[in-house]
Amino acid sequence: MSNLVYLVPLFPLIGFLINGLLRKSLSKSLTGIIGSGVILASFVVSLLIFFEVRKEGFTPVIVNLFDFIHVGNLSIPFAFQVDQLSVVFLLIITGVGFLIHVYSTAYMHEEEGQHFARYFSYLNLFVFSMLLLVLGANYIIMFIGWEGVGLCSYLLIGYWFKNIDYGNAAKKAFIMNRIGDLGFLIAVFWMVSQFGSVSFSQVFAKAPNTSTAVLTGITLLLFVGATGKSAQIPLYTWLPDAMAGPTPVSALIHAATMVTAGIYMIARSNILYSLSPVTQTVVAITGLATAALAATIAIKQNDIKKVLAYSTVSQLGYMFLGLGVGAYTGAVFHVMTHAFFKALLFLGAGSVIHAIHNEQDIRKMGGLKKYLPVTHITFLLACFAIAGIPPFSGFFSKDEILAAAYEKNHIYYIVGVAVALLTAFYMFRLYAMTFQGKFRGTTEQEHHLHESPSAITIPLIILAILSVIAGFVGIPEVFMKDSHALGNFLAPVFAGSVSVKPIDTTADTQLELTLMAISVAVAAIGMIYAWARFSKKPELGEAHGFGKILANKWYVDELYDTIIVRPLNGLAKFLNNVVEKSIIDWMVNGVGKAVQYGSRQIRLLQSGQVGGYVLLMVISIVILFIVELFLKKG
Amino acid sequence: MPINYYIFLAVALFCIGVAGVLTRRNAIIIFMCIELMLNAVNLLLVAFSKMHHLALQATNPNAGIDGQLFVFFIMVVAAAEVSVGLAIIAMMYRNTHSVDVNFLNRLKH
Repeated sequence: MSNLVYLVPLFPLIGFLINGLLRKSLSKSLTGIIGSGVILASFVVSLLIFFEVRKEGFTPVIVNLFDFIHVGNLSIPFAFQVDQLSVVFLLIITGVGFLIHVYSTAYMHEEEGQHFARYFSYLNLFVFSMLLLVLGANYIIMFIGWEGVGLCSYLLIGYWFKNIDYGNAAKKAFIMNRIGDLGFLIAVFWMVSQFGSVSFSQVFAKAPNTSTAVLTGITLLLFVGATGKSAQIPLYTWLPDAMAGPTPVSALIHAATMVTAGIYMIARSNILYSLSPVTQTVVAITGLATAALAATIAIKQNDIKKVLAYSTVSQLGYMFLGLGVGAYTGAVFHVMTHAFFKALLFLGAGSVIHAIHNEQDIRKMGGLKKYLPVTHITFLLACFAIAGIPPFSGFFSKDEILAAAYEKNHIYYIVGVAVALLTAFYMFRLYAMTFQGKFRGTTEQEHHLHESPSAITIPLIILAILSVIAGFVGIPEVFMKDSHALGNFLAPVFAGSVSVKPIDTTADTQLELTLMAISVAVAAIGMIYAWARFSKKPELGEAHGFGKILANKWYVDELYDTIIVRPLNGLAKFLNNVVEKSIIDWMVNGVGKAVQYGSRQIRLLQSGQVGGYVLLMVISIVILFIVELFLKKG
Repeated sequence: MPINYYIFLAVALFCIGVAGVLTRRNAIIIFMCIELMLNAVNLLLVAFSKMHHLALQATNPNAGIDGQLFVFFIMVVAAAEVSVGLAIIAMMYRNTHSVDVNFLNRLKH
């Protein structure tokens, strides 16, 4: 079955082509069926591949499709690698992707025919690119997917292209992605020069014999790429602005899949990172700092999607913290649970926005629990999951990362727990202000409030079930021997790293249970406090004092504007006015002017004066004489 | 007579001829100056041929004859050239009613 793995990206590609080329002639229902159907087909194939990978004694399969680049000694085939890590991501992408496609058929229903089809074609293209990214057997195929998802992110954020602000947000996302990609590319070039290959198998085999300095350089540059794609400091400001796109897009791209590409890349390259402790520290600290920064901003945001966006940035920070302390399984586990509950949160937000007719300010919501029961319950379950309340999924994955962080450095753990507190706080602030209390919108809106159609609620229910039970694939060892099913499944992928830095499994059971209890208690405190406070007294006014700094996102965008955007614009103006106009144009026009001047002077020779002609003749003969008789001899 | 005197005379005549061609306006005078240049060269050739004859008289009674032969050729060429040149001057006169070479710049218009 794994040699049919090429079918998995092929189906969405076909969907993209059909919906894209025939967008003016297909009916909306047919478009929706094709768009969602191809993802379902990919999911089925992924599931079959998963069953094959699960069998005992499975070794990674590399499926070579064709020779892509062959230059001298460098051979880069277009190949897919089927192993435990890629199959986990395959299931997440196609599974959650399918649910979001179904959701979109109802959510985007008001769009015109050809724009509806355009949406689905972009979405399918995105899934295709993401699948290329996780299936690639070498860094170049991964990079093709990497760029493809960046492109689709741009296309989908700017989907409502008539609004110039949305277009600017799309540009911002793409440009910041590209800045990161420069780091990625330089790392790939370095790899080619160092290892002579970019295939995972070859690079990872040669890595232990390479100097730490080279590995540190390569991994740092790869991490720069990851900061752009996965929205870490300093390249994270595009993600909140990306909320300009349709909500299902935010759910799929900016919560569940594209932003996890950076984590996939580092998890895949785990051996390189385990051999570069400096980079690991950088990754961990960057992740932690981002998690903290984003969490502080989220507590003062009033747009429902912005809170979720900053929450995503913060949770991604957690995942990078996990990668940085060597908890690769924990990070991938958190990717999985985060995909479920964050997609659920975004889709639930979409359901709310749909019901109140495109109002996104939570200060104008409230008391929606009696109008939108299914949305309410599923949203609440997702909030429990993200806050890390057991036995929901978020608890298990977050706890695994925090335990690993504690072993590395106690400060990581303390900051991590503080961020968990803030997470619970802002999520339940969001929940309470949206669903509890009294409805604060207009009576006009109140009359139209009703639960969304089943195409929207069924994906919500499925994701809610997953958010609740997904944690049980990763029950920590303290509870039961050999219970961490996901860890055992992914063990072969991370075996190299474990051999470099063995994980200390003899940790004190008492200590682990204490750590767990602390994080749960902290989360519970944040949750109860926020729920109680914001149900009774929602925060309606504008922020002031320190809260104003948080509401304005610590003025980071303004900072970037001053130190990067303005100087660049100034440089461009200078280059245009001085270099382009004065120097280059002057030179080009000058050549023309010189030719004209020269020909004017030469024309004077043709005076029509016979005497002048004779004089020239005489002078030429004299010169010839001199040259012949005197100069040649010398 | 020392050969230098002949050389100085021929060079002087030649330079006068050149100056005349460059500066005079009348086409016929320019022609006369051209003839003057040719005759200066003739004079030089004859003088050198005599010099060679006097030097080599003992061995070869016909020495130095080449110079004088070449003078004949030059004279033939001069004659032919004069005939053609005067024909052109005659045409020039018919068109511009003068023999002033400065009027020839009418070709420009």
